Amino acid sequence: MRQIFTVANKEFHDGLRNRWLVSITLIFALLSVGLTYFGAAASGAVGVTSLPTTVASLASLAVFLIPLIALLLSYDSFVGEQESGTLLLLLTYPISKSQLLLGKFIGQGSIIALATLLGFGASAVLLYFQVGDTGIFSAFGLFIVSAILLGLSFIAISYLISLSVSEKSKAAGFALITWFLFALAFDLALLALLVGVEDGVTQQGLTQLMMLNPTDIFRLVNLSGLDSSDVNGALAVAINASLSQFQLISTLIAWVVLPLTLAIFIFKKKTL
Amino acid sequence: MNTPLVSLVEAGISYGQLDALKSMTMSLNEGEVLGLFGHNGAGKTTMMKLILGVISPTSGKVEVMGMAPDSKEAWHSRRKVGYLPENVSFYDQLTGLEVLTYFTKLKGFTNKGAKKQAMDLLEQVGITYAMKRQVKTYSKGMRQRLGLAQAFIGEPKLLLLDEPTVGLDPIATRDFYKTVDQLKSNGSSIILCSHVLPGVEQHIDRAMILSTGKLLAMGTLSELRKQAALPVVIKPISFKEGGLNSLMAQDEKLNAYLSNTCQHTLMVPEQDKLTVLKQLLSLEGLDDIHVESANLEQVYQHFLSMHELEKHEVDKYALTYQRTAQQIKGGLD
Repeated sequence: MRQIFTVANKEFHDGLRNRWLVSITLIFALLSVGLTYFGAAASGAVGVTSLPTTVASLASLAVFLIPLIALLLSYDSFVGEQESGTLLLLLTYPISKSQLLLGKFIGQGSIIALATLLGFGASAVLLYFQVGDTGIFSAFGLFIVSAILLGLSFIAISYLISLSVSEKSKAAGFALITWFLFALAFDLALLALLVGVEDGVTQQGLTQLMMLNPTDIFRLVNLSGLDSSDVNGALAVAINASLSQFQLISTLIAWVVLPLTLAIFIFKKKTL
Repeated sequence: MNTPLVSLVEAGISYGQLDALKSMTMSLNEGEVLGLFGHNGAGKTTMMKLILGVISPTSGKVEVMGMAPDSKEAWHSRRKVGYLPENVSFYDQLTGLEVLTYFTKLKGFTNKGAKKQAMDLLEQVGITYAMKRQVKTYSKGMRQRLGLAQAFIGEPKLLLLDEPTVGLDPIATRDFYKTVDQLKSNGSSIILCSHVLPGVEQHIDRAMILSTGKLLAMGTLSELRKQAALPVVIKPISFKEGGLNSLMAQDEKLNAYLSNTCQHTLMVPEQDKLTVLKQLLSLEGLDDIHVESANLEQVYQHFLSMHELEKHEVDKYALTYQRTAQQIKGGLD
């Protein structure tokens, strides 16, 4: 346990030193404050709009940003250390592969978690002062928790990439493709399936398909509070098929645990 | 009877068709320094990884401190093993002290103890002045010193050093060997792998020469010398005009040893050394004598060229065999 903590501590400090924490927090804070204030600019008004709309716009931005940031933060976690020779060295130390991996995960996970909490939390506090409604905290709470889980999930996914390739540049390439597939291509494919193939997929089936993509689960968690009239496309269908928040969050947690377990498995098989 | 600290019994590693290490048998006792020599890709690093337990042997057995190094039981003994990999570059963003403290903690030191140990080690390798600087500002030699400090954490019983003197200046190299001697006298065993042959020989007890995953020779330097049967070079020196060449040529005990290629030089087998020296001393006009036994580099060259020759022979046989086979076949057609 102490070993895990030592690694986590070092990774966290790396994140501080690299200015990762500061920059992610700033990006999130600027975005969320901006969206909170100017979210309604399109309709001609500046100021705080309705809470569900704010959360929805935040979510639709975060769904692109958070996976990208998580992948950038951790794609070289293992392949980078392998290239510099420290991975081999660490493996001769009294620390197991799973301890090393979990340590890294906790360290980098805390960076994402802290940045999300501070960045989006800032706008929640701001909103509270403007509106004075405590409902803000529960709405933002759910949003922040799901955003953190989304980040953790993509950290675990990028470990899979980092452990499966032997060069840093390849890992970067795969990370980019992964982001593109999950954040953009998957939804387009779903939409194509829905529109292109008549009766190809039932409503139930569609929702189940969406469980295969953590970004879609994140969207579902945060948009289901909205009226379905505000939401277009495949999501609207899925929202109608009611899945409880509990189910959604559990699936998101599974998207953290499963890739992480798989990553440990791959790491154990890996020879240096 | 003390058991060896490290023992390999017919241990081998193969990746598919490629044999990285062919059935290797060796042992290392406590307080012994073993030099591991061989050209690039000879299997030195593979052997170190095997002893470290990072990879498992595909055949044979490896034991370190009485346990298989890749097993779970060997976990705690890892604290007593130090390793310096070849070409390691540490975390650029962190300072030297932070890097070393991190590794010290991983070796099982408590937070307080770790910092103290790290400071001591940095002082030992002489980079205390740069400990608050980020590693990316370090020179090659400073990085190497940091790597060494890392290997010395916790007074290891077994040290494996891959090219430890690369990038070190002469003074740092001397300091390094001083540390090696000191660790050795404290009972640590060391496996040292190096390309830089001069300078190593005084510090190693035994040498091991590898080529393409095969053990070519192992033993103390004098054993290897005997095995290689390399002559001792004796150079009698005279300050007189003309030197001693003609005198030596006339002497029937000496002229057999006279070198054809080099004037004033005798090439003498190890066992005849004293007889020749006695004879030389009786010569008139002798002012000084240089006696030079074959050094590690020559021994190493000898074993490698022998190996090359052997391989060549085998190839030649194979070729002749092939040709003959073809001829026979052609004859039949």
